[in-house]
Amino acid sequence: MSTHPPQTLRRTPLFDRHEAAGAKLIDFAGWEMPVQYEGVRSEHLAVREACGIFDVSHMGEIETSGPQALELLQRLLSNDVAKMPVGGAQYSLLCREDGGVLDDLFTYRLQADRYLTVTNAANHVRDLEWFNRHAQDLPEAEVADRIEDYAMLAVQGPRAREIVQALADAPLPARMTSASGRLAGAEVLVCGTGYTGEDGVELLCAPEDASALWGEIVGRGATPAGLAARDTLRLEACFHLYGNDLSLERNPIEAGLGWCCKEDTGFIGSEAVRAVRAAGPAEKLVAFVIDGPGIARQGNPVVGGGEVTSGTLSPTLAVGIGLAYVPAGRAAVGSALELDVRGKMRPAVIKQKPLYRKGT
Amino acid sequence: MAQASYPDDLLYHPEHDWARIDPADPDTATLGITWFAQDALGEVVFFEPPPVGTSLQKDAPYAEVESVKAVSEVIAPVSGEITEVNEALADAPQLINEDPYGAGWLVKVRLSDASERDALLDARSYIATLGG
Repeated sequence: MSTHPPQTLRRTPLFDRHEAAGAKLIDFAGWEMPVQYEGVRSEHLAVREACGIFDVSHMGEIETSGPQALELLQRLLSNDVAKMPVGGAQYSLLCREDGGVLDDLFTYRLQADRYLTVTNAANHVRDLEWFNRHAQDLPEAEVADRIEDYAMLAVQGPRAREIVQALADAPLPARMTSASGRLAGAEVLVCGTGYTGEDGVELLCAPEDASALWGEIVGRGATPAGLAARDTLRLEACFHLYGNDLSLERNPIEAGLGWCCKEDTGFIGSEAVRAVRAAGPAEKLVAFVIDGPGIARQGNPVVGGGEVTSGTLSPTLAVGIGLAYVPAGRAAVGSALELDVRGKMRPAVIKQKPLYRKGT
Repeated sequence: MAQASYPDDLLYHPEHDWARIDPADPDTATLGITWFAQDALGEVVFFEPPPVGTSLQKDAPYAEVESVKAVSEVIAPVSGEITEVNEALADAPQLINEDPYGAGWLVKVRLSDASERDALLDARSYIATLGG
């Protein structure tokens, strides 16, 4: 319950903004990050009803370029990278040979042979090592660590586009596309992506431009939102969180991410994914809603096999929700589950994903 | 409540709990968590009290409070038996944040060892444990 983490943590260019806004700061993957400002609930609802802004500058960036960039990415990433046009955005997994998931990532195609991949903070060093190792076989693919070159802001919610558009010199890119442009005078890579289940954009800019950009967007009505709200928002939308719902021990198929695995590209891990897809996974990741009081948490066992990998109280639905791996034979939507929440049995029901869909 | 406060009429446990000994019946006390505890937790979203009749052991956990992000154990500042629980918290756990020393009380207990109160801290001593 200490008020400040030790000083050895890394800080984003927005640290002073967070302190001035009275944020509670925590150690997140070695970064001193805002977990909340005014309160999780109000920040969550601001994103659902209007617009929130998140500092996600702790996330890493890897640039892959050169004539063999596509060949390298096709080998590393689970999706069909060749299908992504210039200005496109694509979600994929980074897998080991055994199909275990090293990370889940968005990749943006900046130019014909130049790509930017956004990594999870905790995985960045390992991802970069993996990229570099496999680039050794491809002399015309260059891998560069760009984590120091970018700050990243996520602006999310039904009003997000309108607020950011007011700062832009050109129309914002559509959902699942990206474009470089100027926002309030700064050069920004604008991406029509997010992690909240709402419309919005993610902005990659030079670290020295981040604070002014943050100020402009907050000044136009975006509510600063912390990592706690980011987690409740993504969980309602049933987006995976690496380290909770994805890990080296879990195969993409059991995680429900077969849709972003294109085995025909021959990506590393494709054989393992193909085998699990053919045989069917032993367990499946399901979304659940608790029937009655209680909140399940990561690590709570599912009675009869499996475990909860993410759990919280949904601010939108006002009920305990989460994701859990359960035996494949018991994973049908509508099935009842019993969750062992620190010795108390909590009944739950498997629901269709996502648990929240925008506009509902 | 937004501002830190530690009323003088309470006794405090260093694990961020308070006890209010009933002046009219000094063998009974009301228990709760301190302003510091609720602030550190953030918005409390769930509290399920143990049943009436449960025995509390001083310094041992007797319940859990949950915020959006975390579960925290509540430590008993005194030993005794629960005689009443705050039923209002089932529907309004945020009372623990809004009024931690009033409407956000957790349980009432009949003390099993009245001398234990001597080991608790007054407000000034408790505030000193919180550091800067």
